[in-house]
Amino acid sequence: MNTQLITFFILAIIAIAAALGMLFSRSAVYSALFLVLNFGSVAVFYILLNAPFIAMAQVSVYAGAIMVLFLFVIMLLGTELLPPTNALPWQRPLAIFLGVILFVESGYLLFIHNAATGDVPQPIQAFGSPQAVGQALFSSYLLPFEVTSVLLLIAMVGAIVLAVKERK
Amino acid sequence: MVPVTDYVALSAILFIIGALGVLIRRNPLVIFMSIELMLNAANLVFVAFTRVYNMLAGQIFVFFVMTVSAAEVAVGLALIVTIFRTKHSINIDEMNSLKG
Repeated sequence: MNTQLITFFILAIIAIAAALGMLFSRSAVYSALFLVLNFGSVAVFYILLNAPFIAMAQVSVYAGAIMVLFLFVIMLLGTELLPPTNALPWQRPLAIFLGVILFVESGYLLFIHNAATGDVPQPIQAFGSPQAVGQALFSSYLLPFEVTSVLLLIAMVGAIVLAVKERK
Repeated sequence: MVPVTDYVALSAILFIIGALGVLIRRNPLVIFMSIELMLNAANLVFVAFTRVYNMLAGQIFVFFVMTVSAAEVAVGLALIVTIFRTKHSINIDEMNSLKG
């Protein structure tokens, strides 16, 4: 057991526990906070995988902007706790059954079929640095990058149109 | 050295938890969070394989996935606010106006 493997397993346990906490929390606010913890541990994974730019984007975009938006809406609507309803009572057992099938399937593919092999090499300094990502983004991926900005503009206009109250 | 299988397995577990969240939970906000969790699990695999094969394209793709999910959250939350305004509830079981 080397240090990298121990770090990986500790972080993996934190990430999975946070995801399970999100799934089983009664209150939506707790779910959101558990998800922030999960995003934080995934950001540390990105740093271990030599992707500091993606890690910082993860912290600022996901854990920062998106989750703050979620918490705002949860508290604005005041719907932390919803009363349980009895519509579709068979859905929960069926969902757990399908989840177990998916789990067994992925376990079979990964550990018996060996679908993904290879080792994650030791970190190198230059790979995945913000400089390298920026260079790739503004040379080979310039057109998709510009299309992304149009997409964000459309999303912004759409959100404003949907959220604004109609005047009579 | 961490074998890449471990990263894929972790991502698969996170993805399954997200899928279960979509299927089990009745609060549309939590369903949205589960979708974010699934997108995040896919991103993790992208970055892991980027490192294994030493190609930067995976990280660029993760950047685009983040942008699309940010756009999706902005529009989705606006939709949820609009639904709450008309129905005064966001319980997913009560959104059955289109039922015949």
